[in-house]
Amino acid sequence: MNKVYGSAKEALDGLLFDGMLIAAGGFGLCGIPELAIEALVESGVKDITIASNNCGVDGFGLGKLLDTKQIKKMISSYVGENAEFMRQYLSGELELEFNPQGTLAERMRAGGCGIPGFYTKTGVGTVVADGKELKDFDGETYVLERGIVADLSIVKAWKADPSGNAIFRKTARNFNPPAAMCGKVCLMEVEEIVPLGSLDPDAIHLPGIYVHRLIQGEFEKRIEQRTTRKREG
Amino acid sequence: MWDRNQMAARAAKELQDGTYVNLGIGIPTLVPNFIPEGVTVTLQSENGMLGMGPFPYEGEEDPDLINAGKQTITELPQTAYFDSATSFGMIRGGKIAMAILGAMEVSETGDLANWMIPGKLVKGMGGAMDLVAGVKRVVVVMDHANKHGESKVLKACTLPLTGRAVVDRIISNMGVMDVVPGGLKIVEIADGVTEAELRAATEATIVD
Repeated sequence: MNKVYGSAKEALDGLLFDGMLIAAGGFGLCGIPELAIEALVESGVKDITIASNNCGVDGFGLGKLLDTKQIKKMISSYVGENAEFMRQYLSGELELEFNPQGTLAERMRAGGCGIPGFYTKTGVGTVVADGKELKDFDGETYVLERGIVADLSIVKAWKADPSGNAIFRKTARNFNPPAAMCGKVCLMEVEEIVPLGSLDPDAIHLPGIYVHRLIQGEFEKRIEQRTTRKREG
Repeated sequence: MWDRNQMAARAAKELQDGTYVNLGIGIPTLVPNFIPEGVTVTLQSENGMLGMGPFPYEGEEDPDLINAGKQTITELPQTAYFDSATSFGMIRGGKIAMAILGAMEVSETGDLANWMIPGKLVKGMGGAMDLVAGVKRVVVVMDHANKHGESKVLKACTLPLTGRAVVDRIISNMGVMDVVPGGLKIVEIADGVTEAELRAATEATIVD
């Protein structure tokens, strides 16, 4: 079975429909699936719900899909870097479900592992637990959170072989593996598709079973907060 | 009164040798500048890294290497990377010994509010709720009063909570207080502050 496609547009063919749920990898602008986002903009697919830790910045990353008003709802832990996001949210055009960051990551992981719900201490006694089932274990209270199964996952890795076995680079791994796992279909984009056999099987971060479609491309990799220190002497 | 650096230096004294620690944004990011000699801690960044190094030299920034505040950073010889689910597994699982976090309000029962002000722009809780729920010891570093001079160390928080009964120790510009049964206990008073001033600036119940 060939997983390698020529472009994000080709790779998304037949997968998109209005009102779909998409899980996206990335943290801030680090490790985001730039190519799939661009192709989603061009596709015009509407009323999307996106599960992603953040929503990009104005005009870049998932922020591009805000500019075109294709997003109906975000499931995120932190959305502060985006003026258009705030404008749409405050005017009621955009729905927002805040999830604690670890709860969001685990919801994706669990969804991909066939676990429909799990109990966590996170958020107990806060608005996050409102309306959710509580249960005590060993004298402590936990809240039930649901696994996420997305119609489509869009993720970014560093390198992959044609079977989809992938490795990530540094902190660009972040939400990409759990997002990949929770998709009924996963589109992975990489900086380099390497020949079969060239990745050490003991060093694979994400096995190819989670990757259905694979593309290679060029990335801007924008830095959100450039911080440096002075050289001594 | 302690300034930001003095508060960070005091917080650094909380660090136990050989432990894994998570630092929040704001004053906690200054703590690594004051780690006592002979103490080695490994800093966790919840976006997927243990062994966080200092900011890079100019020209050596790597877009694939950032901290939870999205700032460019560097790695160390002991660095390990992992995904977000694994990262919060170690947080929720109690593997991180301590978190040093900022706060908007703290109550005498250890409730913490540091993620939203109703009516103002809400950016989200990020990883703060997971950290306070899962980390063994939570130390908050904060100004004792707000801009209007009102105490931020309260009988009960007025803002939406990040966690209930989660704070162990408060380090403010006026001193150090522990959350104990019945209220807060004064552990230390900042230079130039009297006990009477600290008590007057604290709305929460102080127990002896």
